[in-house]
Amino acid sequence: MLTFDGILDVAGALLLIVAALLTLAAAIGLLRFPDPLSRLHAATKPQILGLILVVVAIGLSERSATVLLMLIPVVVLQLLTAPISAHMVGRAGYRNGNIDANSFVVDELAPDVDAAGRADIPGGAWGDEPGVDRTP
Amino acid sequence: MGGGALMTEQGLIAGLWLVAGIIFAVATLVVLVRLITGPTLLDRLIASDVLLTTLILVAGTEMVINGHTRTIPLMIVLAATAILSSVAVARFVTRTRALPATVRAPGSNDADL
Repeated sequence: MLTFDGILDVAGALLLIVAALLTLAAAIGLLRFPDPLSRLHAATKPQILGLILVVVAIGLSERSATVLLMLIPVVVLQLLTAPISAHMVGRAGYRNGNIDANSFVVDELAPDVDAAGRADIPGGAWGDEPGVDRTP
Repeated sequence: MGGGALMTEQGLIAGLWLVAGIIFAVATLVVLVRLITGPTLLDRLIASDVLLTTLILVAGTEMVINGHTRTIPLMIVLAATAILSSVAVARFVTRTRALPATVRAPGSNDADL
């Protein structure tokens, strides 16, 4: 027979295990998947969900509004920045040319690259500095 | 409720914590394998990102286990600055490919990036 505090503690410990399993799944995906885009897909799973689970576990363990208020910025910052970094990595991979174009179901960027007239480079125009022509 | 039930309850929680710690350790080792073997810079970048995420999660887990809140500032700072390395390296990769071959460092090639 568990006490109420005991139930909260057990629930928190179970959440920690789920978060750890998410991290393990990401790690295995990182090891087993063949190309950077698939690995990126696996890697971004624990960044948000795992963090939320751990934060809820801390809340269940501490049971204090102050602690929960301090933990909200962690989740919000991660929610804001994780998609940006994932986008930048995917973009770098596409432009770098080390992503197999045959693995795409749809490549919506390619027509735009052709329209920009930069078919000489995978990913086409650099886009970083518009108007700069760096054609060799 | 007797003392035996209390022992069982705490033993159960400690066991769950131990399992979580072991899973985190295995995950970290697997990520390190990808970080070392590569083969491209992007793979290593993604692996180091996962390693940093694991660090944030382990910091939170350690707070639950030891019952303190001292590492919350560490979690906030890590969550805020994790993006910097990804963006910097991603932009470096893009720029290096975009530079003409003569500007690139001798001996470097695209396969290495």
